[in-house]
Formats: sequence, C-alpha cells, structure tokens
Amino acid sequence: MHLLNRQLLFVTGKGGVGKTTVAAAIAQLAAQHGRRTLVCEMDAKGALAAAFDCSPFPYQPRQIDSNLFGMAMNTEDSLREYLKLFVRIPFVGRIGPLARTFDFVADAAPGVKEILAIGKLCYEVRERHYDLVVVDAEASGHIVSQIGAPRVISELVQVGLVREQTAWMLDILEDPERTGLITVTTPEEMPVNETIELLDRVRERTKVDLAGVVVNRVLPALFGTREMAVFDQLSTPAAQGLMTRAAGRSVTAVVDAARMNEARRRVGSGHLERLRGAVPADTPMLYIPELFTRAVGRRVVSQIVDALSDELI
Amino acid sequence: MPGTQTNSGIADLLASKEMIIVCGSGGVGKTTIAASLAAEAAVRIGGRVLVLTVDPARRLANALGLQAFGNSETQIPLDAFAGAGVTPRGELWAAMLDTKAGWDELIARHAPDDVLRDTVLANPLYQNITGRFVQSHDYIAMERLHEIHASGRYDLVIIDTPPSRNALDILDSPGRMMEFFGSRLLRWLTVPYRSRLFTAASKPFYQVADRVLGSRFLQDIAEFFVLFQTMEKGFVERAREVERLLSDPRTAFLVVSTLEAAPAYEAAYLAEALRERRLPLGGMVLNRTMPSALREPAAEKAAAQLRKAAQTGSLAADLSSVLEADPQVVRGVLTEVADRFHDIAMVAAREAERRSELERLAPFTVAAPSLDHDINDLHSLLQLGDHLWS
Repeated sequence: MHLLNRQLLFVTGKGGVGKTTVAAAIAQLAAQHGRRTLVCEMDAKGALAAAFDCSPFPYQPRQIDSNLFGMAMNTEDSLREYLKLFVRIPFVGRIGPLARTFDFVADAAPGVKEILAIGKLCYEVRERHYDLVVVDAEASGHIVSQIGAPRVISELVQVGLVREQTAWMLDILEDPERTGLITVTTPEEMPVNETIELLDRVRERTKVDLAGVVVNRVLPALFGTREMAVFDQLSTPAAQGLMTRAAGRSVTAVVDAARMNEARRRVGSGHLERLRGAVPADTPMLYIPELFTRAVGRRVVSQIVDALSDELI
Repeated sequence: MPGTQTNSGIADLLASKEMIIVCGSGGVGKTTIAASLAAEAAVRIGGRVLVLTVDPARRLANALGLQAFGNSETQIPLDAFAGAGVTPRGELWAAMLDTKAGWDELIARHAPDDVLRDTVLANPLYQNITGRFVQSHDYIAMERLHEIHASGRYDLVIIDTPPSRNALDILDSPGRMMEFFGSRLLRWLTVPYRSRLFTAASKPFYQVADRVLGSRFLQDIAEFFVLFQTMEKGFVERAREVERLLSDPRTAFLVVSTLEAAPAYEAAYLAEALRERRLPLGGMVLNRTMPSALREPAAEKAAAQLRKAAQTGSLAADLSSVLEADPQVVRGVLTEVADRFHDIAMVAAREAERRSELERLAPFTVAAPSLDHDINDLHSLLQLGDHLWS
C-alpha cells in the first residue's frame, strides 16, 4: 500500500478520462483504511463534490465521511489565510479590494496564483492536519504549471517572503516519500499520447515523483486465442445462417456488439503497450475495468474503490 | 430545436459560412473532425479551405500527406487526394497554431518601435506569460483566425480550438484582453514605481506586495506593464475586432463531443453559454457513437435466444461441424457473446440518452460512428467526412 502511505497525492489526467472519480476513490480508499484524508478540488466546478453526492465544497474543509474531509480551492481565500498566518497583516477583513487586485497580478504574473493553491496544500501537509491530502488537480495540460510553480517562482523571485516560502514547499513537493503525482488515462489514443507527453514534461520541469499511472475503463477481454478463432468465423454466411435460424435476424446486432467490444479493446491494448513502454518500470500501473453501469456519484466511486483495492492491497 | 434536423446540416453549414470554430472538451476528436470537414469541404464544395489546428500531432500531418506542418500555411498536395481516389474541386491548406510565435507577432505589430519591441520580448515576465499563461492560447487562436480571414486568402477557415481549462475561455478571451488594458490595476501598476511616486491609493498595495513578492519581482512586473501600456491602443482595437468576429454572421461554432458523460456535459454547457452570449451555434458533431441497432428490443431478445440456443439447443453442435471447431469452445463463445450484449447495450443506451439531451440544444446534430481503426491517412479522414456529410 505504498501509494496511500504518502502525504500528498496530485491526481491529474486529460479531461473526460475520469480523473475526478479516481481522485475521489483514492481518497475514499485511504479513509477506509484509517487515514485521516483531505480531498481537494482545484477548479471549483463542483465535480468532486458531485462524485460524493455532496453540494459544492467550501474552502474550509468539511467532513464528508468517517476520516474524510472535502474542500474546494479558492486562491483569494488562500491569500487571505496566507497573509494572516505568515505576513501577519492586521485587519485581514479589509483586504477585499487588495485581494482582487492581487488576483489580477496573479493572473499576469505566472505562478503566483498556482503557488497560493499549492502553498495551502503543502501547509496542510506540513502542519500534519491530515495523514493524506488527495488533490483533484488541474487537467494534464496544466498540471506542470501548477506543481512546478514553486520552482518557477523561486527562480523568478530573488528575495522576499515568497521566495522563503517556496523553500519549504519544495521540500515537501520534491520528497518522493511524501508527495506523488498520479496520472489517470483511458486506453485510447489521445489520452495515452497526452499521458506520455506529460510524463516527459514532469521529468523535465519538476522534481515531483510519479507515484502511479491509473488506466481507467479497460475493456474486458472476451475470448482466448481458441475462442477468438471461432468468434472470427461467426460472420461467415454459413454461421450467420445457423445463428439467424436459432435466434432471429437481430442476432447480427448481438454479434456486432461483441465485435465492437473486441475491436475497441484491441486498439486499446495497442495504446496500453505504448504507455507501458513509456512508464518507468518501478512505477505502479493500476487498471480499472469499464464498469458498464448507469450509476453516477458515490456508487461509481465505491465500485472504483473496489477495483483499486484489488490492485493496491 | 426538434424537427429542424436535416441530413444536410454539415454540408449547408460549411457551404454558407466562412469561419467555423470547432470547440468541445479535450479528447473528443476535435482535431480529426476539423481536418476531416476541411478535407471534405475542399473535395465537395471547392474553393480554398484552410484547417488551422493547435494539435502538433505528427500523425495528423501525415494523414494530410505532409511530413509535418508549422506555423505557416501549407497546401495538401494533390497526389494525397489522388491516393485517396478523389479529385477535389478546391484546395486544402493546413497550418498549426503556435502560441509563442503568435504573441511575438502581436508585439511586433503593436510595438511603437524596434527598441521597445525587443525590450518586451526580452522581459522575463513576458516570456513566462506567453509560454504558460493558459488563456493566452485562446486569444491567440482567435487573433490568428481574424488575421487569416481578413487576408481574404481563403473561402473557408476551420479552426480547431485549444484545449481549455474552461470551454468558455475561448469566447471570453477578447473581452479579457480589453479588460486587462482598461483595468485600474494596470494604471496602478504603471504608476512610476521605481521613482517611488506612489499615489495615496496604491501605497498600501505596494507595501504588502513588496513584503510578499520582493521589490525586484515587482519591478519586473511594473516594467512589463509600463511597456505593455504603450501598446494599449493597438491591442484594444484589435481585441475589439476579434470579439466582433465571434458574432459575425459568417462565423459559426461547431461543438464536437462524444457521448461519454464528461464531454457531453461540457458540450451542453458550451451550447448554453453560446446561447446566452447570442453567439451562433451552427451544429453539433457527436463523435464515436455506437450503432442504434444495439438498442432495439429485438436485439436484446435475440441475445436471450442465442444464449438459450447455445446452452440447450443444437446450435453449438451445428456450428461446430460447419466451423470445424470444438463444440465446447463454440458453446463458450456463443454464451459469452450473448452475455456480453447486455453490457454493451447498456453503454449504447446511456449514450442514446445523452444524445437526445444534446439534440435539444443544437440546430442539428450529426453522428460519426465509433471506428475500430485509427485515422492515419487522407482516405480515412474523407471516410469519416462522408459519414458526417450524409
């Protein structure tokens, strides 16, 4: 259970691959194993809260289950907290306009906004408020700017409090015992390409450790080699004739469905091969099967928890 | 708008518009759809058609018969079409969007002189912003579309938009650019910081900022904004033109989505946002859909019958003699095929529900099938295009 023994896990992935659900499941699994866990949504769209069938999370962590707490990142709140804790600015209540102004600088000055978010997460880890912080992080296109922000800032900013702050953040972020990045993908071409590119960028531009690669929605193999040879012949006219006589004309749709599943799976396993070639040998790869379910929210999360615990425990 | 669906939706759209902005969630096949529509338009409608893509995928370049393509516009050679067995009526061109080069061109255009241009280009903040500032991709994409359209070189430009943190960023990017220059903050920051002539209003801000960020960084910021402000007029005028482009009657948005949960949600959100902003949603392409035959009750019944015939009837034995295979293996295969149908039909049903939700939001929707091979040449791009067309 090495993965869950870390203290800070960033979960990323291309949009649509199930990043949020996987982040929710990892947090749930850790909580079930007795780890006091905080799960944090970075983009505040409410998808993470929805995965737990909750209304949107506030900035201040809220308990959602035994050992499990949820929060949504908000850089303005984070700035406020930061100023209060570290700069000891009095009258924090009066900084509203200042925060908005700061927000604007942060938009233009790269890394400032990201560091406020990362800083909050690292702070929770440093203060040991939780055993584990699971972050439903930015999508794979932006994750490197996010987790790489403290490094960028420490290079851009020569003096000042922020530079001092980045030092302890980097200590946490770059310690593989404490922090890890998990990328989620599906066995499809674009998500796999993006994952491979991401692994390169993470290596080039950050020193954050790759804790695992999760492959979501893996289709089950229906047949072994002998079965496959038989299945391939089911489309011959003679076989079609026999099956139509036994099960009606719509039996073609039934066979087509299986063929589609097989074709998708075969293309997918080609992409998985490529992915395995790009993932370091000592990085765990975790597979979650396609669930074939109409369920959403907590039920899906708990099914993924089961799949993950088969792989992890 | 139920009842307004037509099969010629895509054809009409491409024939009547000059700019198609293809948008949608990441991973739904936007780039491929944009390229296949452009190829199809060049073949069937004619004229000069350009596909402007943000995806540097070598595979797509290869599919278009190019070794690679860069920021400059490249024509797809006619032999690539001949290889695919068609003679296009018009020309197909392709170009890639390079955000960094796009920004540098903007600065070069708006900078009052060469010295200032070079100072901006060398400013560490500028270099960071252009490479990493997420929303800058969106603005550059729209800017480039405007420039290409205004050049009059093409009859139709199809632009594949960058993957955004938020699908709305692309719509809001020109407005943000104007807001940026008009903001009070920019004025505050451009108060000659280094001469220490603070206004009363900005003083507390600088005190805090100084403690937090360090004065050197603040100086970089201030310098950057001072430089930027000299280009305000050009930038703002241009952003206004770019914004007008979005609502131009010659422009239409085409939302691409698969019928998986997350992309479909994003597509619905985008369609709503376009409506609120009174921007023209031309139509929706639903990519990688499953065949409707899977959802017919007859198919479900056939699966049950197949299972029964395999277990108790003579089907397995009959098939095994025709196929010269072990009857046990045949029985196993038939049972698996029948059992698995329910799962796959479930996915198809889930997709059908999402599809009818999306159909309510667009003037037309058109489905592209789930292909069991990758698209790697012009021939397969045009095959996909044929599906979209008919």
